[in-house]
Amino acid sequence: MNLIALCGRFWTILTRRIDAPLFGIALAIAGVGIITLYSATDQSFARIDNQLVSLAFALVLMWGVANVPPETLARAAMPLYVVGVLLLVAVALTGTVVNGSRRWLSIGHALRFQPSELMKIALPLMLAWYFQRFEGRIGWKDFLFASVLIAVPVYLIKRQPDLGTSLLIAASGCYVLYLAGLSWKVIVGLVAVACAAAPLVWPQLHDYQRERILTFLDPSRDPLGAGYHSTQASIAIGSGGIVGKGWLNGTQTHLDFLPERHTDFIFAVFGEEFGLVGNLLLIALYTILVARGFYITGNASTLFARLMGGTVTLMFFTYAFINMAMVSGVLPVVGVPLPLVSYGGTALISLFIGLGILMSVHAHRKLVAG
Amino acid sequence: MARLLFTRRRRGFSRPPEFGARELRDPGRELYVFRRRLGIAAALIVLAFGGLVARFVQLQVVQHGHFQTLAETNRIAIVPITPNRGVITDRKGTVLAQSYSAYALEVQPSRVADLEATINALADIVEITPRDRRRFRKLLDESKNFESLPLRTRLNDEEVARFAVNSYRFPGVEIKARLYRQYPFGELASHVVGYIGRINDRDVDRIARWDETTNYKGTDYIGKSGVELAYEQQLHGKSGVEEVEVDAGGRAVRTLSRTPPTSGDNLTLTIDIDLQQAAEAAFGERRGALVAIDPANGEVLAMVSKPGFDPNLFVDGIDAASWKELNESPDKPLLNRPLRGAYPPGSTIKPFLALAALVSGKRTPQQSYNDPGYFQIPGQAHRFRDDKPGGHGVVDMHKSIVVSCDTYYYQLASETDIDDTARFLGRFGFGAPTGIDIDGELPGILPSRAWKRERFASAREDARKWYLGDSISAGIGQGYNAFTPLQLAHAIATVANDGVAYRPHLVKSVTTVGGAPRAVEPPPPQPLAVPRAPLEFIRAALVGVTHEPGGTAMSVFKDAAYVAAGKTGTAQVFSLKGEKYSEHKVDERLRDHAWFMAYAPADKPRIALAVLVENGGFGAAAAAPIAKAVMDYYLLGIRAKPVPDAAGPGTDDDESD
Repeated sequence: MNLIALCGRFWTILTRRIDAPLFGIALAIAGVGIITLYSATDQSFARIDNQLVSLAFALVLMWGVANVPPETLARAAMPLYVVGVLLLVAVALTGTVVNGSRRWLSIGHALRFQPSELMKIALPLMLAWYFQRFEGRIGWKDFLFASVLIAVPVYLIKRQPDLGTSLLIAASGCYVLYLAGLSWKVIVGLVAVACAAAPLVWPQLHDYQRERILTFLDPSRDPLGAGYHSTQASIAIGSGGIVGKGWLNGTQTHLDFLPERHTDFIFAVFGEEFGLVGNLLLIALYTILVARGFYITGNASTLFARLMGGTVTLMFFTYAFINMAMVSGVLPVVGVPLPLVSYGGTALISLFIGLGILMSVHAHRKLVAG
Repeated sequence: MARLLFTRRRRGFSRPPEFGARELRDPGRELYVFRRRLGIAAALIVLAFGGLVARFVQLQVVQHGHFQTLAETNRIAIVPITPNRGVITDRKGTVLAQSYSAYALEVQPSRVADLEATINALADIVEITPRDRRRFRKLLDESKNFESLPLRTRLNDEEVARFAVNSYRFPGVEIKARLYRQYPFGELASHVVGYIGRINDRDVDRIARWDETTNYKGTDYIGKSGVELAYEQQLHGKSGVEEVEVDAGGRAVRTLSRTPPTSGDNLTLTIDIDLQQAAEAAFGERRGALVAIDPANGEVLAMVSKPGFDPNLFVDGIDAASWKELNESPDKPLLNRPLRGAYPPGSTIKPFLALAALVSGKRTPQQSYNDPGYFQIPGQAHRFRDDKPGGHGVVDMHKSIVVSCDTYYYQLASETDIDDTARFLGRFGFGAPTGIDIDGELPGILPSRAWKRERFASAREDARKWYLGDSISAGIGQGYNAFTPLQLAHAIATVANDGVAYRPHLVKSVTTVGGAPRAVEPPPPQPLAVPRAPLEFIRAALVGVTHEPGGTAMSVFKDAAYVAAGKTGTAQVFSLKGEKYSEHKVDERLRDHAWFMAYAPADKPRIALAVLVENGGFGAAAAAPIAKAVMDYYLLGIRAKPVPDAAGPGTDDDESD
């Protein structure tokens, strides 16, 4: 009897902060990922094992974060942001160069750490904390200061150079500003300025970045490089048809035509083998996940919780959209993994930490909110 | 969601203000603004995902046919180029294993709708034997999707031409140039050279452990035994890559870019294939093993395991019937006897025990005993018998080796601690792998008290104890002792080389294509620290065995043009439990194993060897003539006729071991 009671108590403690719908959908998407990964790696159990280990680790972190009240997270915002910026400066000064970019900090021999990953969480935390602190009297000066908070890490990451990540981090900052109530006039104005500035940005880009954009506009420019990736991915998805070629039966996948097929281009494998039906199912799963995130955010009790939850949810959407759009040839090739599906431990861990934040927001809402 | 937002907002507004005046207008208003912004974001998300869905419909429904065609006629493929596997030659440059290019008819099962019908149709164009079909079925069962599998190998030019004109009828079937391994000498030295076979799941793991998965992408075959296995990574080479344009049938039509492969290293073995041939010929149809070593450096000159097998059978994947025959034959042709056959050493152990007694001071050369033909433990009735009824008369140490007197060694063993014996024999490499450079070597059994306790760990206490009787059996090389022919050859080579032991090895040098040969040097020799005088004494006695009247191998060597030193041995076959032999064979299989170890010339040894003939009977009659044939060839260049089969027990010679 006692044992059963003990187990029951343990179960309660284990699950009380876990939001079942969010958790269920995330696991469903991760399951789709494992199934696709098995095919994409030509049935390699080693890769599957690695991914499952990362998943287990990510789930533990998610549980931990879900059990931290948002107020505590808020207290960590400023230190995390400052440390993140300092690490980015350190990278610029002493970082390890991989593939021509200086993005990594080496810790000992084995461990390499990419501080820009930390910034993906630290920047929204910092901004949300800042707006929470001045809640109720937020003026244009605060938005200006927030813009500076965004610009510093974005600039540091852009000059690594890692344009993709810097744009994603800029987006996360803009989401906070948007949710905090930045005036529509300013938003419209900024978008207009951005469009107008586009021709000015062109000469600033690195050769390979310009090449990527040109290749996107005309894939035949570079049939063996980025254009090749894009073309082959479109062929894979298109030849999948309505119901797909069947699991493990994608010819593009298994005849080595698809590059990066277990990481950034895994969606092409999925689309080829499961067809339009599979794609719609995946889109539906992401939509439900985002809807649940918005529901939690809309009922959050503090501004900090609202801003964090909303930004995490929007980033989830952003990754999923950019990746699928890139693989299906709507956006140029940028290095963004498909959330919860692509192979890779780091991305999986940051995504589940994000889900943990949402769960924490939900579990710690005051029931008489508003 | 909009309804939800709306009601919540109203409730928010209806709450009485509880906060400070500044915040009075804010909380509800703020939440309203926030929710409205979420709603706008949600609308944009639906729009974006809707756009994606539209794109999917465009790709997968509207343009599906177009992309379907593109996928089927995908034009650029990245193809690994298999490197040439290194050539294996003997020490004089004679090729023992080489690769050659030939055409194979390959089928990609995933692209063929009706396999059976396709194979039948193909059979009208090129010859496809039932064996080919069976092999293909087996490959099909073991393969993953999308692998291209050989249906027929080594097509001739006419067959290639006939298929080429018909190829349009067979999508998913194509002719490919493949590299094949060929072993020109067939069975000869098959256990040394080994063979290659198709890569299986275990090999995939092995390749992953080497971190060579990419390098093996285009490779179908891997070393499975012998030198082919042990030197796999040197022999394999580095894969190249080719970017090719392919047509609708998956056939390459044009090469776009090419990184050539780097061929594997060539190996020069220490084996002398002519000597090997002489040795195998000397065995005739008998089963057994022979290891011949150059005592001055540990190079293995010949290594025989009879019966052998034809490694060429394994190259295209062996068919089930041949495999069954090889695997289940009572003659065990796949057993590498020199490394993996452990036999009781019989009397060949006596010179080492005599040496141990001299070094420890237990015996002097002059100490003599009267041999009544048996030995009794004082106070016990059991008689340990000598093979010669009536005994050898007065026996000193020299005579004990020359005539192989058992009683002398029963007596010696009864006075010697088995652990001391084990320690001394261990210095000659008994009971431990010699460290030869191919896989699978057994350590043999060098019994001691600790060994027996370990071996019978689960038995009753009195079965784990070491008894005096155990020592006495071990004293003439019977009982628990078991050593491999390689160990015995290594030990006698050490005696021949004044007590300095070199690690036996089979590969003399490795040559990277376009480079100079790199010698595979054995680690520096370990002097055994056996004093010179006792060793000289034993060596004189070994010469006595082959050249003195009464010597057990005298009749074989009396006419030799060189002075040899050696020792005969006979190992009792203890147990045939669980084996079934046909009636007429039982007698032969119950016969003793015959041993002979030797080196020559006695004063400046150039070759040392150990011969074992399974069920050969007495060592002198069965094994010594083979040893002599090998030494005749190596030292004098005389190629002997096959040694006639041993007559078994009851020869005229004065055999006593």
